[in-house]
Amino acid sequence: MFKYILRRTLMIIPVMFGVSIIVFSIMLLTPGDPARLMLGERAPEAQLEAIRERLGLNEPPHIQYVNWVSGVAQLDFGRSIRSNRPVINEIQQRLPATIELAVLATLLAVAIGIPVGVLSAMRPNSAGDNVATVTTFTMLAIPVFWQGLMMMIIFSVWLGWLPATGRGQSWQYYILPVVTLGTSAIASIARMTRSTMMETIKLDYVRTARSKGLSGMRVVYGHALRNALLPVVTIIGLQFGSLLSGAVITETIFSWPGIGSLAVDSMRAKDFPVVQGVVLVFAFAYAIVNLLVDIAYGFLDPRLATRYS
Amino acid sequence: MATTTIEKQSRFQAFWNGKTFVRLRRNPRFIWGTIVLGIIILSAVFAPQLSPYDPVRQNLVERLQGPSAEHLLGTDQFGRDLLSRILYGGRVSLQVGFLSVALALASGGLLGLLAGYFGGWLDSVIMAVSDVLLALPAFLLALAIVAALGPGITNVMIAVGISNVPIFARIVRSAVMSVREMDFVSAAMAAGSRHGRVMFRHIIPNSIGPIIVQVTLSLAGAILSAAGLSFLGMGAQPPTPEWGAMLNSAQQFYRVSHWVVTWPGIAIVVTVLALNLLGDGLRDAFDPRSD
Repeated sequence: MFKYILRRTLMIIPVMFGVSIIVFSIMLLTPGDPARLMLGERAPEAQLEAIRERLGLNEPPHIQYVNWVSGVAQLDFGRSIRSNRPVINEIQQRLPATIELAVLATLLAVAIGIPVGVLSAMRPNSAGDNVATVTTFTMLAIPVFWQGLMMMIIFSVWLGWLPATGRGQSWQYYILPVVTLGTSAIASIARMTRSTMMETIKLDYVRTARSKGLSGMRVVYGHALRNALLPVVTIIGLQFGSLLSGAVITETIFSWPGIGSLAVDSMRAKDFPVVQGVVLVFAFAYAIVNLLVDIAYGFLDPRLATRYS
Repeated sequence: MATTTIEKQSRFQAFWNGKTFVRLRRNPRFIWGTIVLGIIILSAVFAPQLSPYDPVRQNLVERLQGPSAEHLLGTDQFGRDLLSRILYGGRVSLQVGFLSVALALASGGLLGLLAGYFGGWLDSVIMAVSDVLLALPAFLLALAIVAALGPGITNVMIAVGISNVPIFARIVRSAVMSVREMDFVSAAMAAGSRHGRVMFRHIIPNSIGPIIVQVTLSLAGAILSAAGLSFLGMGAQPPTPEWGAMLNSAQQFYRVSHWVVTWPGIAIVVTVLALNLLGDGLRDAFDPRSD
């Protein structure tokens, strides 16, 4: 097991290395002179040259990359063009709000998605199952940004129950963003749980458990669900990717002060050091979550781990 | 080994003999998806004939009006007819969806074909690159590319296309690998067929099922991503009628008039839902195990 975890962890390094090359080259290909972006269109050539020299923009691309990536390895992402503060400080300040949102949305998705999937699988093609199928299909088709706006119209403009934007102290501020972000994850988890439960219920050991006279609930939750959860764990990991994408939009709509809205604001302002930093943080978070999923998988299904040792 | 080959081959023949089509005909998801998508495509194609008004003509006297006999879906903040804008918007959204998926299919498909067919170091390199691209969630990758290329509908197409390349590379690669070892392929090679001929005559037709399914599902995803990028102001620019861009400009008015937000969103939901149903129906038909 240790070997498996180690190998899987080390696999992050080449991937993050590749991601850093992509992020760096995307920004390198961007038209426009960073020095001019910082100092404005009418800055004198001497000042522009000075700043290019100071930031190493006159170096050939591969030297620039090495300088940049060795900074990144020490958590130095450069300085924001807009605020002139270190990018890492901007990210640190806004990361907690995003983590909060992502964790709450995941919990919501698991808390609703798994029971809905289990109930659907227990009575396939019943009225309840059909309602669940239609609902989850629709939920997967709803764009995050539209859902956010509609929920603001319904719950804050019409009903006046919840605040529309911002991240205040009370729990009311959390409801709309968390539900908006969690909706598609609820649907994916419910659908995955349903299909794996359907497969598992047919298996021999579930039939054995039933024939031993165990109650339906006991069989479902004690025997079948545990095994059906394996693919569900994977889906939760994969969902995390769309959750991060969704967070970018959700935070923008609800003026939620996380790194997603920071990324969009920085893109609009062409503040590329911040954009690079946030994209790297997102990629790293996604890699870590998938690592945890794979490790959890190793524990849940020991056959997988033995293949690596 | 022999039995699986026969099974696979008869599955291919079943496709042409119509068993797959029979399954499709009986699949309500496929039927509903096709009907709804057909209506959407027709209304986009015939938008100039169907639209009661010019989608970009402003009429500030009639701004932000609710649905009425003159304007069935109401008007936006510039007094433009929402129904006309949504019909024309379908052209933009479908076009972006189709072209970006076509880009992803052509380049990702070719990479996957080369990787799966030749294997070896080529396979390793292509898969390593696709791993790296997959390490970024697709929408974020597209967002970063658009941020670099600059806003605009063409750049959105390129960005969404690129973010889908690794998905197609993987699907095509695994489809190719599953048929590459089959007897009819070995037979074709033994008979002296060239690589290109084996790939395009024997391997591609036999791995078409999963690819078609992925094309449909990717179309849904591409339309959602493109609308999302336009919503963030990175895609279609005013006054182009595009569903996501319409929502972006409607954002400031959601308190006064909900319909400027409601209709473009419903258009996206219905389109994506139709494509997802279609894709799901196709998957069931191509993969009999899921019955």
